[in-house]
Amino acid sequence: MAIIKSRKCLAGAHVAHHKNTTEKETKQLPLSKKVTIPLLQHMGAPCEPLVKKGDHVCTGQKIGDNSAFFSVPVHASCSGVVEDIVSFTNIVGATCKAVVLAVDEEQQQAPVSRPVIETREQFLDAVRESGLVGLGGAGFPAHVKFGYRDIDKVDTLVVNAAECEPYITADYRTCIEARQDIVDGVRAICKFLNLSRVFIGIEDNKAFAMEVLDEAFSPEDHVTVVSLPSVYPQGAEKSIIYATTGITVPRGKLPADCGVIVSNVSSVAHLGRYLKTGMPLIEKRITVDGDAVSDPQNLMVRIGTPVRDILTYCHVSEDDCGKVLMGGPMMGSALADIDAPIVKNNNAVTCFLEKSSLLPKTTACIRCSKCIGVCPMRLMPAKLEKAYDKRDAEQLERLCVDLCINCGCCSFVCPAKRHLAQKNQLAKAFLKELKSKEDKKA
Amino acid sequence: MSKWTVSPSPHMLSSNSTSNIMFDVIVALFPALLVGIYVFGPRALIVTLVCVAACMLSEFVIRKLMKRDNTLGDFSAIVTGILLAFNLPPQIPLWVAALGSVFAIVVVKQLFGGIGQNFANPAITARIFLFVSFSTYMTTWTVPFGYQHMADAVASATPLVDIASANTLDLFLGNVSGCIGEVSAAALLLGGIYLSIRRVINPLVPLTFIGTVFVFTWVLGENPVNHIFAGGLMLGAIFMATDYSTTPATLRGKLIFAFGCGVITTLIRVFGSYPEGVSFAILLMNLITPLIDRCTQTKPFGAGGKQHV
Ligand code: SF4
Ligand code: SF4
Repeated sequence: MAIIKSRKCLAGAHVAHHKNTTEKETKQLPLSKKVTIPLLQHMGAPCEPLVKKGDHVCTGQKIGDNSAFFSVPVHASCSGVVEDIVSFTNIVGATCKAVVLAVDEEQQQAPVSRPVIETREQFLDAVRESGLVGLGGAGFPAHVKFGYRDIDKVDTLVVNAAECEPYITADYRTCIEARQDIVDGVRAICKFLNLSRVFIGIEDNKAFAMEVLDEAFSPEDHVTVVSLPSVYPQGAEKSIIYATTGITVPRGKLPADCGVIVSNVSSVAHLGRYLKTGMPLIEKRITVDGDAVSDPQNLMVRIGTPVRDILTYCHVSEDDCGKVLMGGPMMGSALADIDAPIVKNNNAVTCFLEKSSLLPKTTACIRCSKCIGVCPMRLMPAKLEKAYDKRDAEQLERLCVDLCINCGCCSFVCPAKRHLAQKNQLAKAFLKELKSKEDKKA
Repeated sequence: MSKWTVSPSPHMLSSNSTSNIMFDVIVALFPALLVGIYVFGPRALIVTLVCVAACMLSEFVIRKLMKRDNTLGDFSAIVTGILLAFNLPPQIPLWVAALGSVFAIVVVKQLFGGIGQNFANPAITARIFLFVSFSTYMTTWTVPFGYQHMADAVASATPLVDIASANTLDLFLGNVSGCIGEVSAAALLLGGIYLSIRRVINPLVPLTFIGTVFVFTWVLGENPVNHIFAGGLMLGAIFMATDYSTTPATLRGKLIFAFGCGVITTLIRVFGSYPEGVSFAILLMNLITPLIDRCTQTKPFGAGGKQHV
């Protein structure tokens, strides 16, 4: 067992850490009176409601599912009565149904029990039933990732505990507070997917988490804790694979194609706990911070809790606050409505004061190449922007805009304050639209 | 309308800004300016002020005429003004200095779209323009500290003409005749170190330029130490070959650029009919920068081919 230093890693930006909540033990947020549980909290097909208006549901009861493979069931995060089933638009603009629960006093738990697993199929079923999606990113269904067609060629698990976003410490607290769950989760994944080595990537500003995890595993687990430089975005999937294993995931390929599966540390912890208790994903550890939060916290929050309740609990004054983010400042999405519910892949609520919410004026590119220097994907954002402004599809392809992971480093460093990362997102949408038009013609 | 600001990520930006960068360049030019004033007297300061004022005024007026926003706040016109003054002999008539400034800003910079768009370095191009148009004024040198003995405008050849016999320490400290900002290698190096620490420039670029001149002049049997301390090499390598607009984008490209500058400078100095080659070298390399850029693009991660930055 050892903690090793990563020898080579991809570029990034030196972003202020603001990890104010590392020592803040997770507190349980009191239950809200009402929760709104969207039936699409994953990449893939939205779930159909399994309950109807007026039904009583128990904590942990399945309330939405879809027989499609690319879908993940949704569970009631509290017990209560289904007040309504409404249509809901999520943060990326997709629409689905959402179950609105009036939370009751009794808080009855559904009769859950420890799943019995002997085979890989049963394991994958259990992963699906646990409601697990990629908790660190876009909510990719975990059973799909683990059920990769050539899983026998995969031998490496990379546990992503880098937590490179400023402010957020939820994963760090998971490492400290749920270390046994992480160990159990890692062991189960390795056992059923037959993986032989494990790397846990953690940024070097979290030395204690490295020690804790290093001690928690035994030598038979073949776990190596890898210390990553605290340069944002070391937690990006391709970055952490490169930094821990040295493997370059080629353009257009999945990590699994290269023999690697990456899982966020919170996902692993949830899985470990589920296999012991049978309680599906109903709550998330969330960091509440930002310059508008005077008392930053780590909170355990039930899925579906309105962000407004979290702000109230943390005494965030709505008058001073100008911007509320789902997630951290580098990749989080700004909320237009603070009644939006917490979903599975949220790990933070970041609030900024009015004065820090406004973006500075954009000026002319001075060709300083800072954007090129920080891009982890080695793209040329300044050039990409020009290509997009000209709607030059060929040039965008040639410059590999598809590789952009929207990490925001380029926009962050740009002295001219150009919206480079956003332009790349627009460029990707533009290429997609172009392609679908061509497909229609053909 | 909701009260919440909704904008795309990232929501946190660095403190970098164009004006901060230009301000750093101005700070880095200060030691050389002080030495220039010390060696050549108040006249050096007056020429510098005239250039800066003319640059700012012409930038303001031309942007107005072209109906574009006012860009004086990015300080880049001030940088151009100081750099041009540094490239002029202290006894230059003030109207010539002003004319050079207007040329630099209007013709070289703004007609091509302003900051970041010009392909040639404004100060260098203006220097060459003045050199070609007013070669007498541009080659009338002042003896160092002449102003203290009321002996202004005494012609004295620049050390480049007779490089073998020049005193290395004088070259290093600035006790020589020459252009206002070129005389002290030490002061320019100080500025270069500051810019490197502030990450405004990559020190490998001037090092490559200077190193190339050193090696090639040595190979050709010249005095390499005097060569690197004399003339406009330090000024050109530290402040002009690192200009963002007119040099390649990637580090590989920048190093090729610097190497090319070094080779051309040496060739002109040793074999050419002009004693100084730095300005021509940089301008020539400016012209082929688009070509270098095309050949030195980054290889995106995992997109095949060899990986380098
Ligand atoms: S171009 Fe994309 S991947 Fe590169 S720094 Fe910008 S957002 Fe990140
Ligand atoms: S960081 Fe901004 S100013 Fe610098 S080259 Fe990139 S786009 Fe241009």
